[in-house]
Amino acid sequence: MNIVVCIKQVPGTTDIKIDPETNTLVREGVESIVNPFDCYALEEGVRLKERCSGKVTAISMGPPQAEQALRETISLGADEAILLSDQAFAGSDTWATSYVLSKAISKIADYDVIICGRQTLDGDTGQVGPELAEMLEIPFVAYVSKVEEISEGYMRVQRMVEEGYETIEMPLPAVITVVKEINVPRLPSIRGTMKSKSAQIPVWTADDIGIDEGKAGIAGSPTRVVKVFFPQRTHKSEILQGSLEEQIDQLVEKLEEVI
Amino acid sequence: MEYFLTEQQELIRSLARRVAEERILPVRAELDEKEEFPWAIVKDLANADLFRIFIPEEYDGLGEGVFTLCLAVEELSRACGGVAVTYAADALGAMPLLLYGNEEQKQKYLPDIASGAKLTAFGLTEPTAGSDAGGIRTTAIHDGDDYIINGTKQFITNGGEAEIYTVIALTDPSRGSRGASAFIVEKGTPGFTFGKKEKKMGMRTSATRELVFHNCRVPKENLLGREGSGFIVTMKTLDSTRPGVGAVAVGLAQGALEAAVAYAQQREQFGHPISAIQAVQHILANMAMELEAARVLVYATAKTIDSGAKNISEIGAMAKVFATDMAMKVTTDAVQVFGGPGYMRDYPMEKMMRDAKINQIWEGTNQVLRNVIALELLKRKALRD
Repeated sequence: MNIVVCIKQVPGTTDIKIDPETNTLVREGVESIVNPFDCYALEEGVRLKERCSGKVTAISMGPPQAEQALRETISLGADEAILLSDQAFAGSDTWATSYVLSKAISKIADYDVIICGRQTLDGDTGQVGPELAEMLEIPFVAYVSKVEEISEGYMRVQRMVEEGYETIEMPLPAVITVVKEINVPRLPSIRGTMKSKSAQIPVWTADDIGIDEGKAGIAGSPTRVVKVFFPQRTHKSEILQGSLEEQIDQLVEKLEEVI
Repeated sequence: MEYFLTEQQELIRSLARRVAEERILPVRAELDEKEEFPWAIVKDLANADLFRIFIPEEYDGLGEGVFTLCLAVEELSRACGGVAVTYAADALGAMPLLLYGNEEQKQKYLPDIASGAKLTAFGLTEPTAGSDAGGIRTTAIHDGDDYIINGTKQFITNGGEAEIYTVIALTDPSRGSRGASAFIVEKGTPGFTFGKKEKKMGMRTSATRELVFHNCRVPKENLLGREGSGFIVTMKTLDSTRPGVGAVAVGLAQGALEAAVAYAQQREQFGHPISAIQAVQHILANMAMELEAARVLVYATAKTIDSGAKNISEIGAMAKVFATDMAMKVTTDAVQVFGGPGYMRDYPMEKMMRDAKINQIWEGTNQVLRNVIALELLKRKALRD
């Protein structure tokens, strides 16, 4: 069973700053971590490997320093890690990111399950998993809370929905995104950490994975962040007076004004 | 104090601390209250490779020694003495195998101990044999290719939870302690059952049970060392593990000191934090001094054992006695700094004090170990004269 886990390095803080010029996150001087949702994806990948043997490969598209996040995945049980890094990838939106990931995974070729976190802590879109599945033309299930059964070419999972869960079967290969209810991620192991320090983490560039010109980076990104701002918090309260009937009339009047 | 740890030792210490802070701290009060064995934490320790520390590399371990083990024990104990002792007792159970196991026995058992798949326990104490280890009555009588074990072991840490037990029994009762031998007995062997789980004052998450042997037949392949060497196996094992008890004590005191300093800075009386009062400062200063002195002694002893030194009974006893007496005093003082709240179960201080006490009693009471130290002093003097 060959498992690919997609991870992203994100700022390890909720106290984020935005560059007003570029509308992107200011990453300088901010501690970076593996996106917490991706930790559940990695843990599930490692558990599936322990269940039916095989290999876990972690991949990440990002700047050179994302290598650190990939080293961490090795200390947590990934067998290999690949960094996708190239100036041509810079500024990618979720669509362009998914395209780059899909090309890299196509290069890996021999894969059964691709696991992503449900969303990232910084972008919060939750789009890369489903887009990736579309581009690879393989099945996709979001918000997986349990892998019930997995065997050669077959997987049955539980997906969280608003009022309970659904059980879904699919052929493999497939993409799933996982929720935090799926497991409790392990802490790094001593051997894993020693291994992660000396592990070779190959860097694949645009040429290595053969991307079409204009489909990655800013050029390949159909979405534009026009403006990013902190919402103004305004509190306005009013206490209605009079008898209960009068108060109800006033309330209905006000609601009608708004609607 | 700089202890010049290697990169691997630093890594092991920091991972043990992570397990302690992220997995043990949030549940320590509940585990203590419910007297629940910490299986989830044992799994975390196994996943983190912490059971591999003291196992040689050829048996899937990390090949570190007693000193590195002490670093891990100390970090766990800083959060919870009960978890630390569950972990340390595993090393105690494995030590006879490490010291006296033959190649076959090591191949068979050590990899599972290293991975944490199987916990171990050491069975020596009996109702009639505490400080006087020679008072054991459990017998193992040779019968064809087997030994038949009969008797009861008392107060066995990890009893009932462990899979692999090192048990000391008399193969020749007529020779007293010289007729004792050590055996490996696996859980599930017919005739081997467990008595009641003890309700303890402290270390309540750890499991303490009786081991009951009734015509329990074990193959002769399970004999550790040779027949009649059980007493030596016991003494050498305990010599090697006494710094581990010291490390439990150092960790407990470290946790207590940190909590006391933080509380003293936050608790206000007479219009200022009590940390501004010299009487309180002196308590804290004494706690810190005695703790660091004990840590130095424990570390130095552990390193001496790792160096392969032969006569370690005296320093092992010194490290254990000094550190555990220190921990009893420091945890008691920490309760004092906390005042009334320190006595309440809402705070961890009273638990630390309860956990500290047993360390002065087990693996040789601090009185019998003083005898060991004194005996060595007198022997040396006699040899010189």
